[in-house]
Amino acid sequence: MGQTLAEKILSRHAGREVRAGELVVVEVDQVMVVDSIAGSFFKRLAELNATPRFPEKVTIVIDHVAPAANIEVATAQKEIREWGNKHGCRVFDVGRGICHQVLMEEGLSQPGGIVLGSDSHSTTYGAVACFGTGMGATDIALAAASGRTWLRVPESVKVTFKGKLAPGVAAKDAALEMVRVLTADGATYMSVEIHLVDGAESMTRGERMTLANLTVEAGAKCGLVVPSGEILSIYQVPDWLYPDAGAIYARKIEIDLSTLTPLVSVPFFVDNVQTVDSVAGKKVDQVFIGTCTNGRLEDLHAAAEVLKGRKVAQHTRLLVIPASSQVLEQATEDGTLLTLLQAGATIGTPGCGPCMGRHQGVLAPGEVCVSTSNRNFKGRMGAADAEIYLASPRVAAASAVAGVIAAPEDLETTSSYGLNETGL
Amino acid sequence: MPRVWKFGDSINTDDILPGKYAPFMVGEDKFQAFAFAHLRPEFAEGFKPGDLLVCGRNTGLGSSREYAPEALRKLGLKAIIAKSYARIFYRNLVNLGIMPFESAEVVGALNDGDEVELVFEQGLVKRGNQVFKLNPPPAFLLQALGEGSILEYYKRHARFPGEAGR
Ligand code: SF4
Repeated sequence: MGQTLAEKILSRHAGREVRAGELVVVEVDQVMVVDSIAGSFFKRLAELNATPRFPEKVTIVIDHVAPAANIEVATAQKEIREWGNKHGCRVFDVGRGICHQVLMEEGLSQPGGIVLGSDSHSTTYGAVACFGTGMGATDIALAAASGRTWLRVPESVKVTFKGKLAPGVAAKDAALEMVRVLTADGATYMSVEIHLVDGAESMTRGERMTLANLTVEAGAKCGLVVPSGEILSIYQVPDWLYPDAGAIYARKIEIDLSTLTPLVSVPFFVDNVQTVDSVAGKKVDQVFIGTCTNGRLEDLHAAAEVLKGRKVAQHTRLLVIPASSQVLEQATEDGTLLTLLQAGATIGTPGCGPCMGRHQGVLAPGEVCVSTSNRNFKGRMGAADAEIYLASPRVAAASAVAGVIAAPEDLETTSSYGLNETGL
Repeated sequence: MPRVWKFGDSINTDDILPGKYAPFMVGEDKFQAFAFAHLRPEFAEGFKPGDLLVCGRNTGLGSSREYAPEALRKLGLKAIIAKSYARIFYRNLVNLGIMPFESAEVVGALNDGDEVELVFEQGLVKRGNQVFKLNPPPAFLLQALGEGSILEYYKRHARFPGEAGR
């Protein structure tokens, strides 16, 4: 009987052949802790009377509120640095970037590995067929103390993306379509196994990260993209790291990329996905381009392409926060940053920014934000009634110029929209 | 008498404890006061230890923040009855020693404000002279919860429930 990708990876780590439904205890390759969870993580380790069993396998990233916004946060971050030094664990400090982006850049998530993160979007590592999954502070502390974790081997949903995206349509749109089809709990406890075929294998590592990142919004335990395309030249992919032809899936879905159009996820749920056209014209107060979903160089390029020679609408703020220091450096070097600044963007320190409503662009009551992030829950970015529309960097950039939700293709016409003409 | 606090489907961790009220932001001793701050501002003050949370589908979706269920535990929550759970939240509940019951029928039968009694060991909820039976959590988790939590279990045995001795 064939195995899925998740079964393959967990079998390797368990040292025996395992199947969906079994409980396994596996060795983990990397334990990732973010700043906002670090305090609970230290507390749990203390309760266990334990220190990290393999310090080199524990990485802490200061990204969720960086630089510190208040004294509580500054104190917590100080403790992180001291603790990291004391125990010989890696700490990536303020400005290095968002945890998931940094772990990928640093090669800490490798094909066939297992990475546990204290952050739900740890599914992102699946972009390179690394079993990335999110857990809470206690699980993470147990993993650091023991070097292991317990997991139920997940059933798998096979999602096949075929063909090529039309110009102006992004991996984000493909990811939103996937969440729409699966729904917010359609893949709960499961592995979303992503197959890219008939041209789709040309998707970059960054685009695969966007897909894997969003799988958790369908409830997934992990989102594993079958290695192909550029992944094969960036990484050494072991021969065994492919699902078997006879693998058993709980469900199979096929999405034809060539038929997709730009999409948005409408408040207050991620699976509430609609076409940009259906919400076009809605007045926008803030546009946020960044996050672990879409803050990479290629995302800034896509935004810059739309923004070049244009200006952000007068009543709209455009916030751009590169996902990492590496992205910021590259965007500076190749001129992308200047294009963004000339269009009127404000640039923030690499990190999570206002994604979870703590600092650097929190929303006021009643405000509307178009964001390239991954969650539009009530109150996520600030006031409870502020609205977040999730979209691709291109749609976000176009909306910043138009001052209303818009696709780049509509720009020539919408950029002349006066507020009165749209009835707002 | 403990009461039922009933919520609908898709209660996410941003609902349970908005990110801006994380212990990391407001201090370790205060964060529970912001439980359900956006959705049900009267909750944190009104909730009494032993009260029961009754929720719909996909309960606890979203962020991995363990401090969301921890806020509920600090307010005195010992069990949730839901139609279904998101996975990270489910693990967090078990790790914190909050019993996650799954039972669509019981959720359907209970109303917000109902006065109820939960008989833990037998997995029963009583409302007046009505008795509802709850499905027990998987054996693996019961083993851990029997010793308080997985954390307690690991501390005692240096292995996970179900794991062969090392
Ligand atoms: S960018 Fe947003 S979703 Fe990603 S890790 Fe940071 S807070 Fe979480």
